[in-house]
Amino acid sequence: MPAEHGHGHVHPVSFDPTESEPDRYEAAPSHGRAYRIGIGGPVGSGKTALVAALCRALGDEINLAVVTNDIYTTEDADFLRRAGVLDAARIEAVQTGACPHTAIRDDITANLDAVERLEERFPELELVIIESGGDNLTAVFSRGLADSQVFVVDVAGGDKVPRKGGPGVTTADLLVINKIDIAHLVNADMAVMTSDAHRMRGELPVITQSLVDTPDAPDVADWVRKQIR
Amino acid sequence: MDAVSLLLADSRFPGGGHVHSGGLEEVVSRKLVTAERDLPGFLHGRLWTAGLLGAVFAAASAHAARRGVRSGHWLRLDAEFDARTPSHAQREASRAQGRGTARAGRLAWPVVRDLLAVTPRPHHPIVVGALSGRPREAALTVAYLAVSGPASAAVRLLGFDPLNVNAMVAALAPELDAVADEAAGTAGVDPSALPAPAAPALDLFAEAHLRHHKEEVRLFAS
Repeated sequence: MPAEHGHGHVHPVSFDPTESEPDRYEAAPSHGRAYRIGIGGPVGSGKTALVAALCRALGDEINLAVVTNDIYTTEDADFLRRAGVLDAARIEAVQTGACPHTAIRDDITANLDAVERLEERFPELELVIIESGGDNLTAVFSRGLADSQVFVVDVAGGDKVPRKGGPGVTTADLLVINKIDIAHLVNADMAVMTSDAHRMRGELPVITQSLVDTPDAPDVADWVRKQIR
Repeated sequence: MDAVSLLLADSRFPGGGHVHSGGLEEVVSRKLVTAERDLPGFLHGRLWTAGLLGAVFAAASAHAARRGVRSGHWLRLDAEFDARTPSHAQREASRAQGRGTARAGRLAWPVVRDLLAVTPRPHHPIVVGALSGRPREAALTVAYLAVSGPASAAVRLLGFDPLNVNAMVAALAPELDAVADEAAGTAGVDPSALPAPAAPALDLFAEAHLRHHKEEVRLFAS
């Protein structure tokens, strides 16, 4: 019987096998494999805002969904729903056991499960954006989880961040330097940041942006289009 | 201990175990474990209930793998584990870890093909047993994971001294052996006659964890 079944009391344990998803014994129906882009970077650098911008920019042309590893509340879901054009069924939240880098790199099980749930739900899915929880400069996605990855830093984190390097800055397929509209307020030297970034990354691309000035992240959206086409 | 068991018991095994706290997150949010001295009691209780149940099924599954059972036997083991796990949240947590272990395991050890053909999301102890093929060692592995998971979660959630927590797990060694012996002793019995140790409180906590945290921050899946 359901935990709450309308006669004034609540059963502490639900014995109703149909209350949520049934126990499944059958193999999942086969589904296509969507392209997977990982978005990582330190806490507060603007990962969720970038995901929202990409949903807004690409939602009408690409069949997409999002996996978030961030500490996840209904507030975040509301943020994505309001900001983007994404309905709740296209968002899967992953619990990382307080270790966000483990969940995207060393043990990607929970994220693979979430991606596969989305692929089962939307068999025509073309793109899954996986947002990591905020972590440090060494946190990168496993190639077993993300086909390509974006590392997001921001000017308020200090203009020496690109120079510090670390696998996020040096190996990500795209480095985004975010919030350039406030660079002058935090004494960040954009010339230093971009030249350091290019020096550390060699041929790999760097995009500087402000989601205040360009809310739909056009340069990053173009980069995403090139990845999946 | 053979190498397969060491791999399966290692916290670095990429089977998704690190996102499960074995009920500890709920217990912590209720302030039932607040200091290091509270942890051994929780670990002891979990070991002899959920831990022993898992060990029993790991041993039975290893025994089944060793003698090459037919597919119907895997389904019966799976259903009997369901029957001994009244909380839907606990069943989901077990199947999530089983599926993760199977995903990593089938690449490394193709022997689980028969099991996965009939139960693509097997319960965790059953897939561990099938991968191991050695009843006592599979039981010891699952019993150890039943306490090492929440012990690690306690370090992450409450900032307990990892050296002290490690010592607590080490102090459980005789009990881990006793659980493994007991589980190995029933490895060959019919699935319907396997023991059914239970912890109603852990079932309640698992359900509460799912319900109570749906609206709030939750760091662990269970």
